[in-house]
Amino acid sequence: MLTFRCPYCGIDACETELAPGGEAHLKRFGPGSADADFEAYLFLRHNAKGVHFERWRHAMGCGKWFLAARCTATLEVFGTYPAQTPEPPQDIVAAIRAKRPDWSLS
Amino acid sequence: MRRYSAFAIARQAFRHHEGWERAWRSPEPKARYDVVIVGAGGHGLATAYYLGKNHGIRNVAVIEKGWLGGGNTGRNTTIIRSNYLQDPSAAIYEKARSLYETLSQDLNYNVMFSPRGVMMLAQTEHEIRGYQRTAHANALQGVATEFISPRRVKELCPIINLDGPRYPVLGALWQPRGGTARHDAVAWGYARACSDIGMDIIQQTEVTGVQREGGQVVGIDTTRGPIACGKLGIVVAGHSGVMAERAGFRLPIESVALQALVSEPIKPVMDVVVMANTVHGYMSQSDKGEMVIGGGADGYNNYTQRGSFHHVEETVRALIETFPIISRLKMLRWWGGIVDMTGDRSPIISKTPVEGVFVNCGWGTGGFKAIPGSGWAMAELMAKGHSPLADAFSLDRFREGRFIDESVAAGVAH
Ligand SMILES: Cc1cc2nc3c(=O)[nH]c(=O)nc-3n(C[C@H](O)[C@H](O)[C@H](O)COP(=O)(O)OP(=O)(O)OC[C@H]3O[C@@H](n4cnc5c(N)ncnc54)[C@H](O)[C@@H]3O)c2cc1C
Ligand SMILES: [Zn+2]
Repeated sequence: MLTFRCPYCGIDACETELAPGGEAHLKRFGPGSADADFEAYLFLRHNAKGVHFERWRHAMGCGKWFLAARCTATLEVFGTYPAQTPEPPQDIVAAIRAKRPDWSLS
Repeated sequence: MRRYSAFAIARQAFRHHEGWERAWRSPEPKARYDVVIVGAGGHGLATAYYLGKNHGIRNVAVIEKGWLGGGNTGRNTTIIRSNYLQDPSAAIYEKARSLYETLSQDLNYNVMFSPRGVMMLAQTEHEIRGYQRTAHANALQGVATEFISPRRVKELCPIINLDGPRYPVLGALWQPRGGTARHDAVAWGYARACSDIGMDIIQQTEVTGVQREGGQVVGIDTTRGPIACGKLGIVVAGHSGVMAERAGFRLPIESVALQALVSEPIKPVMDVVVMANTVHGYMSQSDKGEMVIGGGADGYNNYTQRGSFHHVEETVRALIETFPIISRLKMLRWWGGIVDMTGDRSPIISKTPVEGVFVNCGWGTGGFKAIPGSGWAMAELMAKGHSPLADAFSLDRFREGRFIDESVAAGVAH
């Protein structure tokens, strides 16, 4: 079973306590933007086999959204960080590189 | 190829069954094919078969990284039905269902199609209205379904508990010619027929890259070297995102795990398929006597073919209320597959930004039932550039807001 450390309450929460929220760090495009950008924002996903940044909510705990880096090919969790972070923080990137030397942030 | 028949079995019985030939050849890949299909699941093999049968295109290879039928085609719970809501869905699913009726004869391979009837239980007031609406839509589409009473449900499926306190059975959408088929046999039957008309099925070979020249596909890279091709069909279900990236574009698809399980075998207790969307569970009984059970998909991206324990627990907990008889059964096997989910729960059968590259994916939790129709439509699209069955399912529907919303019909994963 997946386990994530909630960055707010510090608890190791297992999956039954959490609600998944899809890919993280999407750039929002609203009315007035180009069709291609709007389509990409709404529908087109990385769907990476490997390192994946995603949103989770500590639904049965503190109720807050947080972000996580996880490998979709092994279910390994590299780390979690607050939802207000616009891009993956240095320590998370370092933790991923330590285990996936040829991975790069795209 | 020698045909299968009762006489063939009798003849082989006298020869100690030593005269059977291999069902398909395992050739070395050629340097070039007119069409390469990536993925030897049901959809890829059916695409190849109808390219040959309907369009005379036979210089075709189907390339599979594992063994044929080892993806979702060999992992699904085999429910076949066509009681969808939208017209484009009804057209392609009913085409598939009707092809299943005669598939064994067409392929000379017993796919064990069993039109035992599929019922989708209405367990809330909203579901009653939803399924009545679907029954009306199906009537207009020429798909034979009807909304039936709880009494009729009980007649058709005596082991059901109609007044489970939380989720009583208030009626059902009944499709008498829905049912099941043997999943492996569908893949094997198409593979044998493809091989018979001269197509190459190349297993244990992964497609690792798509070679392009001026926006046009010219070939592929594989773990056994490059192969040139005129057209490329990507039919890889859960790995569609990975293959699209190798071809240089993105898809509106996310890959998640969907699980199923079977109980120990018991004597026949149930000769219909029952689906219960409100509680996210469905059940049928296999010919071996196992109760085949499935539920909802997981909510997070996953490529491991392993899902979350608690989803299975929720499914079984809910089904026990509706089918008290299964509460003492032991679980025999439990597995998962990686399914390709789109936002509107409808498939994609389409051209792509790369000239000559076509995709057939997004069948998600419910594409086994569609295999013959999907192969038919994809073959026509690849041969002629468009297909009446496929056109509505093009990729640009997302940009254009032309969704084919089947989130109700596909509410439970099956
Ligand atoms: C548990 C479960 C239950 C289900 N129940 C039902 C049901 O009751 N009814 C129903 O209609 N549907 C059901 N489905 C859905 C159904 O199984 C799928 O929609 C359908 O089988 C998809 O077939 P396919 O040929 O597209 O994919 P697959 O059978 O998965 O075939 C794709 C193939 O592509 C290969 N591949 C991937 N990448 C590469 C590469 N790079 N190079 C070469 N080969 C590659 C894979 O190895 C695989 O064999 C269920 C699915 C699951 C997982
Ligand atoms: Zn918390």
